[in-house]
Amino acid sequence: MLESFIQLPFLRNAFLTGILVGFIAPLLGTFIVVRRLSLIADALSHVTLSGIAFGLMLDKKLGGVAITPFYTGIGFSVLGSIFIEQLRRVYKSYQELAIPIILSAGVGLSVIFISIANGFNQNLFNYLFGSVVAVSSTDLWTILFIAIAVTILIVIFYKELFMLSFDEEHAVVSGIHARRIHFLFIVLTALVIAASIRIVGVLLVSALMTLPVAASIRIAKGFKQTIMYSILFGEASVLIGQIAGYYFEIPPGGTIVLTAVLILIGTIGFKRLKKRSSYKKVMS
Amino acid sequence: MTSPILNIKNLSYAYEDREVLEDIHFTIQPGRFVGLVGPNGSGKTTLIKLILGLIKHKRGDIELFGTPIEKFKDWDRIGFVSQKANSFNTGFPATVFEVVSMGLTSKVGYLHFFRKKHKEKIKEAIDLVGMSEYMHKNVGDLSGGQQQRVFIARALVSEPDFLILDEPTVGVDAENVERFYNMLADLNRNKGITLLFVTHDIGTMTSYATDIACLNKHIHFHGDPSSFEQMNEKDLSNIYGHPVQVVTHDH
Ligand SMILES: Nc1ncnc2c1ncn2[C@@H]1O[C@H](COP(=O)(O)OP(=O)(O)O)[C@@H](O)[C@H]1O
Ligand SMILES: [Mg+2]
Repeated sequence: MLESFIQLPFLRNAFLTGILVGFIAPLLGTFIVVRRLSLIADALSHVTLSGIAFGLMLDKKLGGVAITPFYTGIGFSVLGSIFIEQLRRVYKSYQELAIPIILSAGVGLSVIFISIANGFNQNLFNYLFGSVVAVSSTDLWTILFIAIAVTILIVIFYKELFMLSFDEEHAVVSGIHARRIHFLFIVLTALVIAASIRIVGVLLVSALMTLPVAASIRIAKGFKQTIMYSILFGEASVLIGQIAGYYFEIPPGGTIVLTAVLILIGTIGFKRLKKRSSYKKVMS
Repeated sequence: MTSPILNIKNLSYAYEDREVLEDIHFTIQPGRFVGLVGPNGSGKTTLIKLILGLIKHKRGDIELFGTPIEKFKDWDRIGFVSQKANSFNTGFPATVFEVVSMGLTSKVGYLHFFRKKHKEKIKEAIDLVGMSEYMHKNVGDLSGGQQQRVFIARALVSEPDFLILDEPTVGVDAENVERFYNMLADLNRNKGITLLFVTHDIGTMTSYATDIACLNKHIHFHGDPSSFEQMNEKDLSNIYGHPVQVVTHDH
Protein backbone atom coordinates (compact mmCIF):
# COMPACT_ATOMS: atom_id res chain seq x y z
CA MET A 1 0.00 0.00 0.00
CA LEU A 2 2.59 2.48 1.16
CA GLU A 3 4.89 1.23 -1.54
CA SER A 4 2.66 2.63 -4.26
CA PHE A 5 3.17 6.10 -2.76
CA ILE A 6 6.88 5.77 -3.17
CA GLN A 7 6.99 3.93 -6.48
CA LEU A 8 4.21 5.42 -8.59
CA PRO A 9 5.53 8.79 -9.80
CA PHE A 10 2.17 10.59 -9.72
CA LEU A 11 1.47 9.37 -6.20
CA ARG A 12 4.98 10.23 -5.13
CA ASN A 13 4.46 13.81 -6.34
CA ALA A 14 1.27 14.12 -4.35
CA PHE A 15 2.91 12.54 -1.31
CA LEU A 16 5.87 14.94 -1.36
CA THR A 17 3.60 17.91 -2.01
CA GLY A 18 1.54 16.80 0.98
CA ILE A 19 4.63 16.85 3.20
CA LEU A 20 5.46 20.40 2.06
CA VAL A 21 1.91 21.63 2.49
CA GLY A 22 1.56 19.93 5.88
CA PHE A 23 4.51 22.08 6.93
CA ILE A 24 3.79 25.53 5.49
CA ALA A 25 0.01 25.65 5.98
CA PRO A 26 0.11 25.28 9.80
CA LEU A 27 3.30 27.41 10.00
CA LEU A 28 1.52 30.38 8.47
CA GLY A 29 -1.76 29.27 10.00
CA THR A 30 -0.39 29.92 13.49
CA PHE A 31 0.04 33.62 12.71
CA ILE A 32 -3.38 33.71 11.06
CA VAL A 33 -5.15 32.13 14.03
CA VAL A 34 -3.56 34.31 16.71
CA ARG A 35 -4.37 37.40 14.68
CA ARG A 36 -7.97 36.20 14.41
CA LEU A 37 -7.81 36.32 10.63
CA SER A 38 -8.97 32.77 9.95
CA LEU A 39 -11.59 34.05 7.55
CA ILE A 40 -8.98 35.71 5.38
CA ALA A 41 -7.77 32.25 4.44
CA ASP A 42 -11.28 31.43 3.26
CA ALA A 43 -11.56 34.64 1.27
CA LEU A 44 -8.22 34.05 -0.42
CA SER A 45 -8.98 30.44 -1.24
CA HIS A 46 -12.09 31.56 -3.10
CA VAL A 47 -10.10 34.17 -4.98
CA THR A 48 -7.67 31.41 -5.89
CA LEU A 49 -10.63 29.43 -7.15
CA SER A 50 -11.56 32.27 -9.48
CA GLY A 51 -7.98 32.26 -10.77
CA ILE A 52 -8.18 28.52 -11.34
CA ALA A 53 -11.51 28.92 -13.11
CA PHE A 54 -9.94 31.65 -15.22
CA GLY A 55 -7.14 29.26 -16.16
CA LEU A 56 -9.62 26.51 -17.02
CA MET A 57 -11.53 28.96 -19.18
CA LEU A 58 -8.39 30.07 -21.03
CA ASP A 59 -7.54 26.44 -21.57
CA LYS A 60 -10.97 25.70 -22.97
CA LYS A 61 -11.20 28.76 -25.22
CA LEU A 62 -7.64 29.05 -26.44
CA GLY A 63 -6.67 25.43 -25.92
CA GLY A 64 -3.31 24.16 -24.69
CA VAL A 65 -2.06 27.50 -23.43
CA ALA A 66 1.27 27.51 -21.66
CA ILE A 67 -0.17 28.74 -18.36
CA THR A 68 -2.06 26.14 -16.35
CA PRO A 69 -4.90 26.87 -13.90
CA PHE A 70 -2.53 26.27 -10.98
CA TYR A 71 -0.49 29.33 -11.94
CA THR A 72 -3.43 31.60 -12.68
CA GLY A 73 -4.69 30.53 -9.26
CA ILE A 74 -1.44 31.66 -7.64
CA GLY A 75 -1.59 34.95 -9.51
CA PHE A 76 -5.17 35.70 -8.51
CA SER A 77 -4.46 34.75 -4.90
CA VAL A 78 -1.54 37.17 -4.62
CA LEU A 79 -3.50 39.97 -6.30
CA GLY A 80 -6.45 39.26 -4.02
CA SER A 81 -4.21 39.49 -0.96
CA ILE A 82 -2.89 42.89 -2.01
CA PHE A 83 -6.45 44.01 -2.59
CA ILE A 84 -7.48 42.85 0.90
CA GLU A 85 -4.70 44.95 2.45
CA GLN A 86 -5.90 48.00 0.53
CA LEU A 87 -9.50 47.43 1.59
CA ARG A 88 -8.47 47.00 5.19
CA ARG A 89 -6.87 50.40 5.03
CA VAL A 90 -9.90 52.01 3.40
CA TYR A 91 -12.30 50.54 5.99
CA LYS A 92 -10.09 51.24 8.96
CA SER A 93 -12.75 50.75 11.58
CA TYR A 94 -14.48 47.88 9.74
CA GLN A 95 -11.44 45.85 8.75
CA GLU A 96 -13.34 42.57 8.69
CA LEU A 97 -15.49 43.95 5.86
CA ALA A 98 -12.59 43.26 3.49
CA ILE A 99 -13.23 39.54 3.94
CA PRO A 100 -16.83 39.20 2.67
CA ILE A 101 -16.07 41.67 -0.13
CA ILE A 102 -13.14 39.62 -1.40
CA LEU A 103 -14.85 36.30 -0.78
CA SER A 104 -17.97 37.18 -2.70
CA ALA A 105 -15.99 38.76 -5.52
CA GLY A 106 -14.00 35.52 -5.73
CA VAL A 107 -17.10 33.32 -5.87
CA GLY A 108 -18.80 35.63 -8.38
CA LEU A 109 -15.84 35.58 -10.73
CA SER A 110 -15.51 31.82 -10.34
CA VAL A 111 -19.13 31.26 -11.37
CA ILE A 112 -18.67 33.42 -14.45
CA PHE A 113 -15.42 31.81 -15.56
CA ILE A 114 -16.68 28.29 -14.90
CA SER A 115 -19.82 28.78 -16.96
CA ILE A 116 -17.86 30.35 -19.82
CA ALA A 117 -15.60 27.31 -19.68
CA ASN A 118 -18.76 25.21 -20.12
CA GLY A 119 -19.21 24.18 -16.56
CA PHE A 120 -18.09 21.58 -14.16
CA ASN A 121 -15.54 18.89 -14.94
CA GLN A 122 -13.21 16.49 -13.15
CA ASN A 123 -10.38 18.99 -13.26
CA LEU A 124 -12.42 21.53 -11.33
CA PHE A 125 -13.57 18.85 -8.92
CA ASN A 126 -9.89 18.11 -8.14
CA TYR A 127 -9.30 21.75 -7.32
CA LEU A 128 -12.34 21.93 -5.06
CA PHE A 129 -11.67 18.88 -2.93
CA GLY A 130 -8.02 18.08 -3.54
CA SER A 131 -6.48 15.19 -5.38
CA VAL A 132 -3.80 12.58 -4.93
CA VAL A 133 -3.24 12.16 -8.65
CA ALA A 134 -3.35 15.65 -10.11
CA VAL A 135 0.11 16.86 -9.06
CA SER A 136 2.61 17.11 -11.90
CA SER A 137 6.36 17.33 -11.43
CA THR A 138 6.37 21.01 -12.41
CA ASP A 139 3.69 21.69 -9.81
CA LEU A 140 5.79 19.88 -7.24
CA TRP A 141 8.82 22.00 -8.06
CA THR A 142 6.76 25.19 -7.86
CA ILE A 143 5.35 24.18 -4.50
CA LEU A 144 8.83 23.27 -3.26
CA PHE A 145 10.02 26.71 -4.30
CA ILE A 146 7.09 28.38 -2.54
CA ALA A 147 7.67 26.31 0.60
CA ILE A 148 11.35 27.22 0.77
CA ALA A 149 10.72 30.90 0.11
CA VAL A 150 7.92 31.10 2.68
CA THR A 151 9.95 29.30 5.34
CA ILE A 152 13.03 31.46 4.83
CA LEU A 153 11.02 34.68 4.93
CA ILE A 154 9.21 33.62 8.09
CA VAL A 155 12.47 32.72 9.81
CA ILE A 156 14.02 36.05 8.80
CA PHE A 157 11.04 38.17 9.83
CA TYR A 158 9.88 35.96 12.68
CA LYS A 159 10.41 38.49 15.46
CA GLU A 160 8.66 41.28 13.58
CA LEU A 161 5.73 39.06 12.53
CA PHE A 162 5.39 37.79 16.09
CA MET A 163 5.46 41.28 17.56
CA LEU A 164 2.95 42.63 15.09
CA SER A 165 0.62 39.72 15.79
CA PHE A 166 0.77 40.21 19.53
CA ASP A 167 0.41 43.96 19.86
CA GLU A 168 0.29 46.14 16.79
CA GLU A 169 0.36 49.44 18.68
CA HIS A 170 3.48 48.47 20.57
CA ALA A 171 5.12 47.30 17.35
CA VAL A 172 4.43 50.64 15.69
CA VAL A 173 5.70 52.60 18.69
CA SER A 174 8.91 50.56 18.58
CA GLY A 175 9.46 51.64 15.01
CA ILE A 176 8.47 48.41 13.18
CA HIS A 177 7.24 49.06 9.64
CA ALA A 178 3.79 47.63 10.24
CA ARG A 179 2.53 48.16 6.70
CA ARG A 180 5.43 46.40 5.03
CA ILE A 181 5.30 43.48 7.43
CA HIS A 182 1.52 43.16 6.95
CA PHE A 183 2.06 43.17 3.24
CA LEU A 184 4.70 40.47 3.43
CA PHE A 185 2.45 38.40 5.65
CA ILE A 186 -0.60 38.58 3.42
CA VAL A 187 1.36 37.76 0.27
CA LEU A 188 2.91 34.75 1.99
CA THR A 189 -0.57 33.66 3.03
CA ALA A 190 -1.75 33.90 -0.56
CA LEU A 191 1.16 31.76 -1.79
CA VAL A 192 0.62 29.11 0.86
CA ILE A 193 -3.08 28.90 0.08
CA ALA A 194 -2.49 28.55 -3.64
CA ALA A 195 0.09 25.82 -2.99
CA SER A 196 -2.09 23.93 -0.52
CA ILE A 197 -5.11 23.82 -2.80
CA ARG A 198 -3.39 21.16 -4.92
CA ILE A 199 -3.72 18.74 -2.03
CA VAL A 200 -6.68 19.76 0.14
CA GLY A 201 -8.77 21.75 -2.31
CA VAL A 202 -10.27 25.22 -2.24
CA LEU A 203 -13.02 24.41 0.21
CA LEU A 204 -10.84 22.89 2.90
CA VAL A 205 -7.58 24.80 2.68
CA SER A 206 -8.44 27.14 5.54
CA ALA A 207 -9.18 24.09 7.68
CA LEU A 208 -5.65 22.80 7.16
CA MET A 209 -4.31 26.20 8.20
CA THR A 210 -6.42 26.52 11.32
CA LEU A 211 -7.40 23.12 12.78
CA PRO A 212 -3.85 21.98 13.63
CA VAL A 213 -3.29 25.36 15.29
CA ALA A 214 -6.53 25.11 17.22
CA ALA A 215 -5.34 21.76 18.59
CA SER A 216 -1.84 23.02 19.29
CA ILE A 217 -2.92 26.12 21.20
CA ARG A 218 -4.64 23.91 23.77
CA ILE A 219 -1.48 22.16 24.85
CA ALA A 220 1.49 24.36 23.88
CA LYS A 221 3.47 26.73 26.08
CA GLY A 222 4.45 29.81 24.16
CA PHE A 223 4.40 30.77 20.51
CA LYS A 224 7.32 28.75 19.18
CA GLN A 225 5.93 25.60 20.73
CA THR A 226 2.52 26.39 19.26
CA ILE A 227 4.10 26.53 15.81
CA MET A 228 5.95 23.25 16.35
CA TYR A 229 2.90 21.30 17.50
CA SER A 230 0.83 22.85 14.71
CA ILE A 231 3.27 21.58 12.12
CA LEU A 232 3.38 18.17 13.79
CA PHE A 233 -0.44 17.92 13.71
CA GLY A 234 -0.55 19.30 10.16
CA GLU A 235 1.89 16.69 8.88
CA ALA A 236 0.06 13.91 10.68
CA SER A 237 -3.25 15.02 9.18
CA VAL A 238 -1.88 15.23 5.65
CA LEU A 239 -0.04 11.91 5.74
CA ILE A 240 -2.83 9.91 7.35
CA GLY A 241 -5.44 11.70 5.25
CA GLN A 242 -3.66 11.12 1.97
CA ILE A 243 -3.15 7.43 2.57
CA ALA A 244 -6.74 7.00 3.74
CA GLY A 245 -7.99 9.01 0.79
CA TYR A 246 -6.12 6.87 -1.70
CA TYR A 247 -7.18 3.68 0.02
CA PHE A 248 -10.89 4.54 0.17
CA GLU A 249 -10.82 6.44 -3.16
CA ILE A 250 -12.02 9.67 -1.54
CA PRO A 251 -10.58 13.11 -2.42
CA PRO A 252 -7.81 13.65 0.16
CA GLY A 253 -9.21 17.03 1.26
CA GLY A 254 -11.98 15.28 3.16
CA THR A 255 -9.84 12.66 4.86
CA ILE A 256 -7.09 15.15 5.75
CA VAL A 257 -9.48 17.56 7.39
CA LEU A 258 -11.30 14.80 9.24
CA THR A 259 -7.98 13.58 10.60
CA ALA A 260 -7.26 17.14 11.76
CA VAL A 261 -10.65 17.26 13.47
CA LEU A 262 -9.92 13.98 15.24
CA ILE A 263 -6.57 15.33 16.44
CA LEU A 264 -8.32 18.44 17.72
CA ILE A 265 -10.87 16.35 19.63
CA GLY A 266 -7.98 14.28 20.95
CA THR A 267 -6.16 17.31 22.38
CA ILE A 268 -9.33 18.61 23.99
CA GLY A 269 -9.87 15.23 25.61
CA PHE A 270 -6.23 15.06 26.65
CA LYS A 271 -6.48 18.45 28.34
CA ARG A 272 -9.63 17.35 30.19
CA LEU A 273 -7.98 14.18 31.41
CA LYS A 274 -4.95 16.10 32.57
CA LYS A 275 -7.07 18.57 34.46
CA ARG A 276 -9.02 15.79 36.12
CA SER A 277 -5.90 13.92 37.18
CA SER A 278 -4.33 17.03 38.69
CA TYR A 279 -7.61 17.69 40.45
CA LYS A 280 -7.53 14.15 41.89
CA LYS A 281 -3.98 14.72 43.07
CA VAL A 282 -5.09 17.84 44.94
CA MET A 283 -8.00 15.97 46.49
CA SER A 284 -6.03 13.00 47.78
CA MET B 1 22.30 72.33 29.98
CA THR B 2 21.13 69.03 28.54
CA SER B 3 17.97 69.28 26.51
CA PRO B 4 14.72 68.26 28.17
CA ILE B 5 13.40 64.73 27.60
CA LEU B 6 10.14 66.13 26.35
CA ASN B 7 9.29 69.62 25.27
CA ILE B 8 5.82 70.48 24.04
CA LYS B 9 4.86 73.95 22.86
CA ASN B 10 1.53 75.32 21.69
CA LEU B 11 0.11 71.88 21.04
CA SER B 12 -3.56 71.56 20.12
CA TYR B 13 -5.38 68.53 18.85
CA ALA B 14 -8.90 67.77 17.66
CA TYR B 15 -10.65 64.55 16.66
CA GLU B 16 -12.66 65.56 13.61
CA ASP B 17 -13.94 68.93 14.82
CA ARG B 18 -13.93 68.32 18.58
CA GLU B 19 -10.99 69.95 20.31
CA VAL B 20 -9.50 67.59 22.91
CA LEU B 21 -6.22 69.35 23.71
CA GLU B 22 -5.72 73.08 23.56
CA ASP B 23 -2.54 75.12 23.72
CA ILE B 24 -0.51 72.61 25.71
CA HIS B 25 2.88 73.67 27.06
CA PHE B 26 4.64 70.85 28.85
CA THR B 27 8.29 70.15 29.60
CA ILE B 28 9.88 67.17 31.31
CA GLN B 29 13.48 67.39 32.51
CA PRO B 30 15.73 64.34 32.78
CA GLY B 31 15.39 62.28 35.94
CA ARG B 32 11.90 63.42 36.88
CA PHE B 33 8.98 61.22 37.87
CA VAL B 34 5.98 63.04 36.47
CA GLY B 35 2.46 62.09 37.39
CA LEU B 36 -0.04 63.20 34.76
CA VAL B 37 -3.49 63.31 36.30
CA GLY B 38 -6.88 64.32 35.00
CA PRO B 39 -10.46 63.06 34.83
CA ASN B 40 -11.65 60.48 32.33
CA GLY B 41 -11.86 61.89 28.83
CA SER B 42 -9.55 64.79 29.63
CA GLY B 43 -7.19 63.91 26.78
CA LYS B 44 -4.43 62.06 28.67
CA THR B 45 -4.26 59.11 26.28
CA THR B 46 -4.49 61.45 23.32
CA LEU B 47 -1.50 63.42 24.61
CA ILE B 48 0.48 60.20 25.06
CA LYS B 49 -0.37 59.02 21.55
CA LEU B 50 0.85 62.35 20.17
CA ILE B 51 4.10 62.04 22.12
CA LEU B 52 4.60 58.53 20.74
CA GLY B 53 3.81 59.56 17.19
CA LEU B 54 0.85 57.15 17.03
CA ILE B 55 -1.28 60.08 15.90
CA LYS B 56 0.04 63.16 14.11
CA HIS B 57 -0.39 66.66 15.44
CA LYS B 58 -1.21 69.57 13.18
CA ARG B 59 -0.63 72.50 15.50
CA GLY B 60 2.27 73.08 17.88
CA ASP B 61 5.65 71.44 18.43
CA ILE B 62 6.73 68.25 20.13
CA GLU B 63 10.41 67.62 20.80
CA LEU B 64 11.85 64.38 22.16
CA PHE B 65 15.41 64.52 23.50
CA GLY B 66 15.80 67.85 21.73
CA THR B 67 14.72 66.49 18.32
CA PRO B 68 11.44 67.47 16.65
CA ILE B 69 9.21 64.39 16.64
CA GLU B 70 8.97 64.44 12.84
CA LYS B 71 12.69 63.69 12.70
CA PHE B 72 12.96 61.55 15.81
CA LYS B 73 14.31 58.02 15.16
CA ASP B 74 15.58 56.66 18.50
CA TRP B 75 12.32 55.06 19.50
CA ASP B 76 14.13 52.44 21.57
CA ARG B 77 15.06 55.21 24.02
CA ILE B 78 11.38 55.36 24.92
CA GLY B 79 9.52 52.59 26.71
CA PHE B 80 5.76 52.45 26.66
CA VAL B 81 3.19 50.57 28.68
CA SER B 82 -0.23 51.17 27.24
CA GLN B 83 -3.61 51.44 28.85
CA LYS B 84 -4.56 48.47 26.72
CA ALA B 85 -1.73 46.26 27.92
CA ASN B 86 -4.06 44.55 30.33
CA SER B 87 -6.77 43.98 27.77
CA PHE B 88 -4.64 42.05 25.27
CA ASN B 89 -5.85 38.79 23.78
CA THR B 90 -5.28 36.54 26.78
CA GLY B 91 -5.62 33.47 24.60
CA PHE B 92 -2.48 34.45 22.72
CA PRO B 93 0.08 31.69 23.23
CA ALA B 94 3.20 33.57 24.29
CA THR B 95 5.44 32.93 27.27
CA VAL B 96 6.67 35.68 29.58
CA PHE B 97 10.09 35.34 27.96
CA GLU B 98 8.62 35.72 24.48
CA VAL B 99 6.59 38.79 25.43
CA VAL B 100 9.56 40.53 27.03
CA SER B 101 11.73 39.68 24.02
CA MET B 102 9.48 41.90 21.90
CA GLY B 103 10.91 44.88 23.73
CA LEU B 104 14.22 44.18 21.99
CA THR B 105 12.88 43.46 18.52
CA SER B 106 13.54 46.85 17.03
CA LYS B 107 16.85 47.25 18.83
CA VAL B 108 18.11 43.95 17.40
CA GLY B 109 16.89 45.16 14.02
CA TYR B 110 15.73 43.69 10.76
CA LEU B 111 17.61 40.67 9.40
CA HIS B 112 19.28 40.06 12.75
CA PHE B 113 18.54 37.38 15.32
CA PHE B 114 18.48 37.36 19.09
CA ARG B 115 21.90 36.48 20.48
CA LYS B 116 23.03 35.29 23.85
CA LYS B 117 23.59 38.82 25.19
CA HIS B 118 20.01 39.72 24.21
CA LYS B 119 18.68 36.66 25.98
CA GLU B 120 20.62 37.65 29.10
CA LYS B 121 19.06 41.11 28.96
CA ILE B 122 15.60 39.63 28.63
CA LYS B 123 16.19 37.46 31.69
CA GLU B 124 17.52 40.44 33.64
CA ALA B 125 14.44 42.52 32.84
CA ILE B 126 12.17 39.67 33.92
CA ASP B 127 14.18 39.37 37.11
CA LEU B 128 13.92 43.11 37.74
CA VAL B 129 10.13 42.91 37.90
CA GLY B 130 10.28 39.76 40.01
CA MET B 131 8.79 37.38 37.46
CA SER B 132 11.68 34.95 37.00
CA GLU B 133 9.80 31.92 38.21
CA TYR B 134 7.12 32.49 35.54
CA MET B 135 9.57 32.89 32.65
CA HIS B 136 8.15 30.01 30.60
CA LYS B 137 4.49 30.32 31.53
CA ASN B 138 1.94 31.68 29.09
CA VAL B 139 1.15 35.32 29.94
CA GLY B 140 -2.55 34.61 29.51
CA ASP B 141 -2.40 32.33 32.56
CA LEU B 142 -1.05 35.03 34.90
CA SER B 143 -2.96 37.43 37.15
CA GLY B 144 -3.60 41.01 36.05
CA GLY B 145 -0.86 42.36 38.29
CA GLN B 146 1.66 39.82 37.05
CA GLN B 147 0.81 40.57 33.43
CA GLN B 148 1.34 44.24 34.07
CA ARG B 149 4.81 43.53 35.46
CA VAL B 150 5.59 41.54 32.33
CA PHE B 151 4.63 44.52 30.20
CA ILE B 152 6.86 46.75 32.32
CA ALA B 153 9.71 44.32 31.73
CA ARG B 154 9.01 44.47 28.00
CA ALA B 155 9.25 48.26 28.17
CA LEU B 156 12.43 48.17 30.28
CA VAL B 157 14.40 45.54 28.39
CA SER B 158 15.71 47.98 25.81
CA GLU B 159 16.98 50.15 28.68
CA PRO B 160 14.97 53.23 27.76
CA ASP B 161 15.77 56.66 29.15
CA PHE B 162 12.14 57.65 29.18
CA LEU B 163 9.31 55.40 30.28
CA ILE B 164 5.70 56.31 29.57
CA LEU B 165 2.88 54.49 31.34
CA ASP B 166 -0.78 55.08 30.54
CA GLU B 167 -2.96 54.02 33.48
CA PRO B 168 -1.02 50.81 33.95
CA THR B 169 -2.64 49.93 37.25
CA VAL B 170 -6.20 49.50 36.00
CA GLY B 171 -7.24 45.99 36.94
CA VAL B 172 -4.35 45.48 39.36
CA ASP B 173 -5.29 44.84 42.98
CA ALA B 174 -4.47 47.41 45.68
CA GLU B 175 -1.62 45.52 47.29
CA ASN B 176 0.15 45.08 43.98
CA VAL B 177 -0.43 48.70 43.02
CA GLU B 178 1.67 49.69 46.03
CA ARG B 179 4.48 47.32 44.99
CA PHE B 180 4.21 48.64 41.49
CA TYR B 181 4.67 52.28 42.49
CA ASN B 182 7.63 51.32 44.67
CA MET B 183 9.23 49.49 41.76
CA LEU B 184 8.83 52.53 39.53
CA ALA B 185 10.16 54.94 42.14
CA ASP B 186 13.14 52.63 42.47
CA LEU B 187 13.77 52.62 38.71
CA ASN B 188 13.58 56.39 38.73
CA ARG B 189 16.00 56.85 41.62
CA ASN B 190 18.50 54.09 40.96
CA LYS B 191 18.51 53.83 37.18
CA GLY B 192 17.77 57.46 36.47
CA ILE B 193 14.88 56.60 34.17
CA THR B 194 12.58 59.55 33.52
CA LEU B 195 8.95 58.60 34.04
CA LEU B 196 5.68 59.92 32.73
CA PHE B 197 2.92 58.13 34.57
CA VAL B 198 -0.68 58.73 33.56
CA THR B 199 -3.34 58.02 36.16
CA HIS B 200 -6.56 59.30 37.56
CA ASP B 201 -5.57 58.11 41.02
CA ILE B 202 -4.31 61.44 42.36
CA GLY B 203 -3.80 60.39 45.96
CA THR B 204 -1.22 57.68 45.46
CA MET B 205 0.58 59.63 42.77
CA THR B 206 1.37 62.62 44.96
CA SER B 207 3.38 60.48 47.38
CA TYR B 208 5.70 59.07 44.71
CA ALA B 209 6.05 61.61 41.90
CA THR B 210 8.52 64.49 41.79
CA ASP B 211 6.14 66.50 39.58
CA ILE B 212 2.41 66.53 39.13
CA ALA B 213 0.79 67.79 35.96
CA CYS B 214 -2.92 68.20 35.83
CA LEU B 215 -4.62 67.95 32.44
CA ASN B 216 -8.09 68.73 31.28
CA LYS B 217 -7.87 70.02 27.73
CA HIS B 218 -5.24 72.45 29.05
CA ILE B 219 -2.41 71.75 31.45
CA HIS B 220 -3.95 73.38 34.50
CA PHE B 221 -1.07 72.83 36.85
CA HIS B 222 2.51 71.61 36.65
CA GLY B 223 4.61 71.64 39.80
CA ASP B 224 5.74 69.65 42.79
CA PRO B 225 3.29 67.44 44.69
CA SER B 226 3.19 69.56 47.84
CA SER B 227 2.08 72.70 46.03
CA PHE B 228 -0.39 70.54 44.11
CA GLU B 229 -1.85 69.42 47.42
CA GLN B 230 -2.08 73.01 48.55
CA MET B 231 -4.23 73.91 45.59
CA ASN B 232 -7.60 74.32 47.16
CA GLU B 233 -10.24 71.79 46.47
CA LYS B 234 -12.31 74.35 44.67
CA ASP B 235 -9.67 74.82 41.95
CA LEU B 236 -9.31 71.12 41.55
CA SER B 237 -13.04 70.61 41.39
CA ASN B 238 -13.17 73.19 38.63
CA ILE B 239 -10.65 71.25 36.63
CA TYR B 240 -12.42 67.98 37.21
CA GLY B 241 -15.88 69.44 36.80
CA HIS B 242 -17.05 67.70 39.98
CA PRO B 243 -16.03 67.76 43.66
CA VAL B 244 -12.65 66.18 44.31
CA GLN B 245 -10.92 65.37 47.54
CA VAL B 246 -7.25 64.53 47.45
CA VAL B 247 -6.56 61.64 49.78
CA THR B 248 -2.84 61.43 50.32
CA HIS B 249 -1.02 58.37 51.49
CA ASP B 250 1.93 59.03 53.76
CA HIS B 251 4.98 56.82 53.65
N1 LIG C 1 -10.16 57.93 18.13
C1 LIG C 1 -10.97 58.89 18.65
N2 LIG C 1 -11.90 59.50 17.85
C2 LIG C 1 -12.70 60.46 18.34
N3 LIG C 1 -12.70 60.87 19.61
C3 LIG C 1 -11.82 60.30 20.47
C4 LIG C 1 -10.91 59.28 20.02
N4 LIG C 1 -10.16 58.89 21.08
C5 LIG C 1 -10.57 59.64 22.13
N5 LIG C 1 -11.55 60.49 21.77
C6 LIG C 1 -12.22 61.46 22.65
O1 LIG C 1 -11.26 62.39 23.08
C7 LIG C 1 -11.43 62.70 24.44
C8 LIG C 1 -10.15 62.42 25.21
O2 LIG C 1 -9.93 61.02 25.24
P1 LIG C 1 -8.67 60.39 25.92
O3 LIG C 1 -7.46 61.06 25.41
O4 LIG C 1 -8.75 58.92 25.74
O5 LIG C 1 -8.92 60.77 27.45
P2 LIG C 1 -8.32 60.10 28.79
O6 LIG C 1 -7.20 59.17 28.42
O7 LIG C 1 -7.88 61.25 29.61
O8 LIG C 1 -9.46 59.38 29.45
C9 LIG C 1 -12.61 61.86 24.93
O9 LIG C 1 -13.74 62.69 24.97
C10 LIG C 1 -12.75 60.79 23.90
O10 LIG C 1 -14.10 60.45 23.75
MG1 LIG D 1 -6.89 57.19 28.78
